[in-house]
Amino acid sequence: MLPVLALEGVDKSFGAVAALRDARLELHAGEAHALVGENGAGKSTLVKILAGVHGPDAGRLLLDGQPVAFGSPADARAAGIAVIYQEPTLFPDLSVAENIFMGRQPLKGLRRIDASAMRERTNELFGRLGVQIDPDRPARGLSIADQQLVEIAKALSFDARVLVMDEPTAALSGVEVERLFAVARALRDDGAAILFISHRFDEVFALCQRVTVMRDGRWIATDEIGNLTVDGVVRTMVGRDISALFPKLETEPGEVRLTVDGLTRHGYFDDVSFTVRGGEIVALAGLVGAGRSEVARAIFGIDRYDAGQVHVDGRRLRPGDPPAAIAAGLALVPEDRRQQGLVMELSIERNATLPRRWALSRLGLLFGGSERRSAADWAKRLQVKAARNTDPVSTLSGGNQQKVVLAKWLSTEPRVLMIDEPTRGIDVGTKSEVHRLLSQLASEGVAVLMVSSELPEVLGMADRVLVMHEGRLVADIPRDQADEESVMFAATGQREAAA
Amino acid sequence: MATDTLVDPARTAEAAPPAWRRLLGSWDAILILALLVVVLVASATIEGVGSPRFYRFLVLEAIPIALIALPMTLVIITGEIDLSVASTVGLTCSVLGQLWYLGVTSLPVLIVLSLLLGAMLGAVNGVFITVFGLPSLAVTIGTLALYRGLAYVVLGDRAIADYPQAWTQNAVAPIPGTVIPWFVLVLAALAVVFGVLLYATPIGRSLYAIGNNADASTFAGVSVLRTKFWLFVATGAMAALAGVFWTFRFASARADNATGLELAVVAAVLLGGVSIFGGRGGLVGVLAAVALLGVLRNSLQLADVPANALTIVTGTLLILSVVGPNVVRMTRDRLRRRRPLTTALERTSS
Repeated sequence: MLPVLALEGVDKSFGAVAALRDARLELHAGEAHALVGENGAGKSTLVKILAGVHGPDAGRLLLDGQPVAFGSPADARAAGIAVIYQEPTLFPDLSVAENIFMGRQPLKGLRRIDASAMRERTNELFGRLGVQIDPDRPARGLSIADQQLVEIAKALSFDARVLVMDEPTAALSGVEVERLFAVARALRDDGAAILFISHRFDEVFALCQRVTVMRDGRWIATDEIGNLTVDGVVRTMVGRDISALFPKLETEPGEVRLTVDGLTRHGYFDDVSFTVRGGEIVALAGLVGAGRSEVARAIFGIDRYDAGQVHVDGRRLRPGDPPAAIAAGLALVPEDRRQQGLVMELSIERNATLPRRWALSRLGLLFGGSERRSAADWAKRLQVKAARNTDPVSTLSGGNQQKVVLAKWLSTEPRVLMIDEPTRGIDVGTKSEVHRLLSQLASEGVAVLMVSSELPEVLGMADRVLVMHEGRLVADIPRDQADEESVMFAATGQREAAA
Repeated sequence: MATDTLVDPARTAEAAPPAWRRLLGSWDAILILALLVVVLVASATIEGVGSPRFYRFLVLEAIPIALIALPMTLVIITGEIDLSVASTVGLTCSVLGQLWYLGVTSLPVLIVLSLLLGAMLGAVNGVFITVFGLPSLAVTIGTLALYRGLAYVVLGDRAIADYPQAWTQNAVAPIPGTVIPWFVLVLAALAVVFGVLLYATPIGRSLYAIGNNADASTFAGVSVLRTKFWLFVATGAMAALAGVFWTFRFASARADNATGLELAVVAAVLLGGVSIFGGRGGLVGVLAAVALLGVLRNSLQLADVPANALTIVTGTLLILSVVGPNVVRMTRDRLRRRRPLTTALERTSS
């Protein structure tokens, strides 16, 4: 049978990063198809190509066997492809019906909007879906689940034949998931092709007939669900040899430096407790959205927390006070370099000395080039490639920007270094430099907490791996027992290993 | 990484262009040049411009504007604005007059109480903006009306004018041997204080960081909200100082004192090259802009240009001030891009 929609040999690169290499996919009418893979496996890029957001660099998109090219999301929609995202983006102050028919409102004489026709057709769509939402109520205040149903109704309104659902259940409760699945099954049985992306294997097995596994931007396998087990799928997802070994130096863990006790922020993470010793690199692993970055932000004081305590070297840290955290010897290299790590318009020098601006001053004054010397010293130690340290950091490459962020924090001589996605979006050469640096810091007695979504990095660098799943710490795996499978099992909530 | 070879390592160590050359192309330099040209042309063509009397009135008029422009520069650099300053001046004048009327006769006590009042009015702005997270534009438009209204509550349409002659004469007394009012020395001292704060202290560094990216500043340990709060307090106190000067200079406390002054201040700060979006600009340009606007206004007045035309000139300059620095920056960037070394460097930064 001819697939409704097929991808053949699709490549897509962003700069030097290859997001998709020879990606393949076949979606059939009346079938729900699951797409699974680790963070960064290329699922989102693939969805964006289906949605017409990105065009492929190479390869073909076939609709009913005919090659097509989408120049924009509108083209994809016209071809009958609808995408439901994890968090729908409705216009909160418009009514549900207006949201569904945005840009395509039914008209009556004098090009006026025919509100009653719009309401009727909305009711009709909701009737088909078997849901009850008042078409006249504003979208504001609808639950995420109801917002997704509105999006699905919108997809139905232009006769979508392919429905792509990108982690739709991440924010839903059990009952809501059931209702969504009932709708999805009904659509499927009506002949729609559904692409379902999820980290939750129980859902994949409950809804889908076929599974495609991706890894590192490549198609790995597609198989009937009946031939698969959860174990098998996980193994296929992570099954890669750890060829790139990281130069982790052996160290003797020292005193406990960072103690986190029962840390809770409602809606983000719950009862998180762990310690990090001097000389230790502890990785905080888990899927995107598991609450890892949020924990690091709360420890550093960017966000407040609802319960729990943080101690650095035995001293309790004031919540919500980053200057106090810095004074206590804590440093946080944040996830988003451009928005949080650096002030892009300011110079390398100003960025590299910002957290130390008081330490570098004398009598409250900054003079005599103390900033220039400090910045020059650290830029040299980390081999930042720049023409001048007075140039804005925005002129540097991603890898060099990351080095400036590291220089900025290492110059504070932290006792506890928290680093969120240390090598995201930087080239391979700089990557191993960063890893060597972290290893060296640990050997000098710094306690390192590394949040990372890259399993090879986690396994190569960490003395211990803490795994978070949906806001909870579910596993604490020592280095000699940590492998891709044990971490992935814990991260996907398959095994609640004793912490 | 192969592109790295495009950069000759010997040349990456190239020194920054000399300070004088950077200065020459800057907006500050353009303003100072414009100021000199306007002074020379006006002195040559308009009778009375350039006389000692002209300078004396110019300085007297510029002092309150400059006093408030100092903290306003810092506020706008952090990406906020305070439009309530003129009303703060008015309310301070009214309370000062009323206190005198009620029998407070000690000058130091009156000054200290006025400054405290100003700081308090600034703190009210600060609380709304930093604690409740409201936009400063909206908050200070509100307090612009509120503080002016309170000034009328205090004084109504009375004018309190019976201060000791010594006070009112001393306020405008010249520096011995010159015609320039001595109060300009107070302004100069405060300008130095604000200049050092902005250019040579950790606080100054954090102001530019906040204006460019408040999020990254928080991550770097800058207390963004606390810093902004104290800036509004300082602005209130400086407006109050301007109010004290205003009262004794005109020997009159009225509820409508300094109405509209906030626009003169904001115009000077923006013309001075401070970006309304925050993060860019400095005090040198702002002080030059205060002088330039003052010279223009006074010269045109002497040339019998009607008041309406003066407003048009100020408005045009204000628009130029927003466009001008951007044009200068764009031109400079384009020039820089034309230089081959930098092009190679930029290519490596992909």
